[in-house]
Amino acid sequence: MSLLNVKVLTKAMPQLLSLLLILFLNYLAFPGFFDIRLQDGRLFGSLIDVLNRGAPVIILAIGMTAVIASRGVDLSVGAVMAVSGALAATMTVAGYPLPIVILATLGAGLLCGLWNGILVAYFDLQPIVATLILMVAGRGIAQLITEGSIVTFNEPSLIFFGTGSFAGIPMPILIAALLLIIAITVVRRTALGLLIESIGINRSASSYAGLNSKLLLLVIYAFCGFCAALAGIIIAADIRGADANNAGLWLELDAILAVVVGGTSLFGGRFSILMSALGAIIIQAMNTGILLSGFPPEYNLILKALVIIVILLSQSFSSAGGWTFIKAEFLSKGRKRH
Amino acid sequence: MNTRLLPLYATLLICIVAYAVCVFQFPMMFSTRVAGNLLTDNAFLGIAAVGMTFVILSGGIDLSVGSMIAFTGVLLAVLITHYGIHPLVAFAIALLITTTFGAVMGAIIHYLEVPAFIVTLAGMFLARGMCFVMTTDSIPINHEFYSYLQGSYYLLPGGGRLTFIGCLMLIVFAVGIVLAHFSKFGSYIYAVGGNRTSAELMGVPVAKTTIGIYALSGFLSGLAGIVFSLYTSAGYSLAAVGVELDTIAAVVIGGTLLTGGVGYVAGTFIGVVIQGIIQTYIVFDGTLSSWWTKIVVGVLLFSFIALQRVLVLLSSKRTMAFRSR
Repeated sequence: MSLLNVKVLTKAMPQLLSLLLILFLNYLAFPGFFDIRLQDGRLFGSLIDVLNRGAPVIILAIGMTAVIASRGVDLSVGAVMAVSGALAATMTVAGYPLPIVILATLGAGLLCGLWNGILVAYFDLQPIVATLILMVAGRGIAQLITEGSIVTFNEPSLIFFGTGSFAGIPMPILIAALLLIIAITVVRRTALGLLIESIGINRSASSYAGLNSKLLLLVIYAFCGFCAALAGIIIAADIRGADANNAGLWLELDAILAVVVGGTSLFGGRFSILMSALGAIIIQAMNTGILLSGFPPEYNLILKALVIIVILLSQSFSSAGGWTFIKAEFLSKGRKRH
Repeated sequence: MNTRLLPLYATLLICIVAYAVCVFQFPMMFSTRVAGNLLTDNAFLGIAAVGMTFVILSGGIDLSVGSMIAFTGVLLAVLITHYGIHPLVAFAIALLITTTFGAVMGAIIHYLEVPAFIVTLAGMFLARGMCFVMTTDSIPINHEFYSYLQGSYYLLPGGGRLTFIGCLMLIVFAVGIVLAHFSKFGSYIYAVGGNRTSAELMGVPVAKTTIGIYALSGFLSGLAGIVFSLYTSAGYSLAAVGVELDTIAAVVIGGTLLTGGVGYVAGTFIGVVIQGIIQTYIVFDGTLSSWWTKIVVGVLLFSFIALQRVLVLLSSKRTMAFRSR
C-alpha cells in the first residue's frame, strides 16, 4: 500500500512542486498569504480564498476529466453555466421555492449534457463540433431566459450557496469537495473508471468487447452538464445575479486547462479526477498571486498561455514517441529518402 | 449528382430564401445600400473566415482568430497614435507579426504532434494577453490616411457604397478561391485534410503545408484586424471576443466538413452573408434582441452538421454497395 502511495506521489510530483512554487511566490509577494483566521464562524485567508474562487473550476474540471478521458471535449460548459445561472436567478425572482429552483437548474444542466451526449454518441459527431453548437446557442438561450437583462435576486437561501459557510468552511469549497469525493469513489470503487478509460483508448474495440459505449458516453456528457449547472448556481449565488453574457465566459478553457495541467492526456485514456482538481487549484493560485502582487489581472492570460506551452513541450518530450519523431524529422532527413 | 456539392447548394438555397423572406417583410432591404453595408459590416469576419476555411479544410482549427484581430487593432493604434508611424508601415509590421505567430503555431502543431485545438488556445490567451500588456484603454486612431481609406468607396447604382474594406473582403475571397482550387498549395491542403498519412506517403510536404496553413490564417487574421481597425477607427483590447466562433460557424454553414478535406471557400462567403442577413433582419425589425443571432446561428450550425452527417453516411453506404458488387 505504501509502495502505491509513493508511486502516486512521484507521479503527482511536477504538479505538487509547481503548486508549492506558486504558493511560495505568492508568499513572497504577499507575506500574509498563509494566514488563516476564524471570523464570525467562517474561515478567512488567502489560501481559503484560492479554494473558494477555484471551486467552480474544480467542479467543471471533475466533469471535464470524464469527458476528456473518453477522448472527447466539452466546449459548452461555460454556456451551460450561463443557462443554469439564468434559470436559477429568473425562477428565484419569480418566487419558486429553493428546492424546485435547484432541481430545475440541475435538470437543465443534465438536459444540456444529454443533448451533447446524444450528438456525440448517437450522431457520431466529433465532440468539438457537437459541443460547439451549444457553446454558440447556449448564451442566446440564457439571454432568452433572462430576457436580455441582468437578473439580480436577494433570496438568502440561494445566496447561501455562494457566500454561506458550514462548520467554518465556505459552501463552494464544501460542494466541490463533496462532489470530488463522490466522483472519485464512484469512478474508482466501481468498474466505471476503467470503462471510461477503455472508451477513450479505443471506442470500437470497447464496443466489440461488449461495452455499451453509446450509453456510457451519454452518461459522461450528462454528468459534465450536471457539473456545469452546479458551478453555474454557485457563480450566480456568489454575485447574486445572472449575467447571460459573462457568466462562465472562457471557463470551459480554464476547465480544459485544469484537466491538462492535472496530467490527463487530450487523447483520452488514463485519467485522474483528483489531479484535475489539483490543476484547477494551481490555476487559481496563479490567478490570486497575480492579483495580490499588484499586476493587472490581464497578465493572467499570458501566464496561462505559457503554462500550456510548457506542458505541451514537457508532455511531448517526456514521451519517447516525441523524441523519435523529432529525430526522424530533423536528424535523419537524408536517410529517410532512400 | 455530386454529394459534395449538396451542402453548398443547401447553403445557397437557405441564403436566397432568407433574403427573400427579409425582402418580403421589409422591401427596403432589397437595395444596394443594404448589400453594401452588409459587405462593409462583415468584412473583417469574412477575411478571417477565409483563413479559417483553409485551417478547417486541413482538418485543424484555429481558436486564436478573435484575439489576433484585437491584437492587431491595439498594435496599430499604439504604433500610429503613440509612435506616429505611418499606417502603411504599421500594417506591414502587424502582418509580419501575425504571420510569424501563425507559422510558429503551425510548427508546434506539426512537430510536437499536439492537437491544433490546444495550441491555438494557447495562442488565443497569448495574443489577448499581449493586447492587455500594451494597453487596457481604447485608443482612437486619427490619421489622414485612415480617413482617406475610410472615405474611399465605389458608388453603386441605387446609392449603395462598396467601401474599401468591403472590396478588400471580395478580393480576399477571390484569391482564396484561386488558392484553394487552382494551386498546388490548395491541393496539398485538401490532401492533408482528407488523410494525413496517405498524403505524406504520396509525397505531400506535410510539414510545410501545415505551417503554411496556420501562417496564412495568421496573416488573414492580421488583415482582418487591419480591416477591423479601419472599421472602428480604434484599438481596444477587448474587441472581437468570440469572433473565432462566428468564423467557424460561417465555415460550417458554408458546407465545409469539420473533419477536413471537403469544402469550398465560396461556401464560406455565403455563410458570412447569411450571418449578415440575420443581423440586418434584426436591425430592421427593431423589436428583436441581438441574441437571436446566436440562437439562429446555433440552429443553422446544427442543421448543417446533421446534413453533412447524413451525406457522409449515405456516401459510405454507396461505397460499400459499390465494393460488394
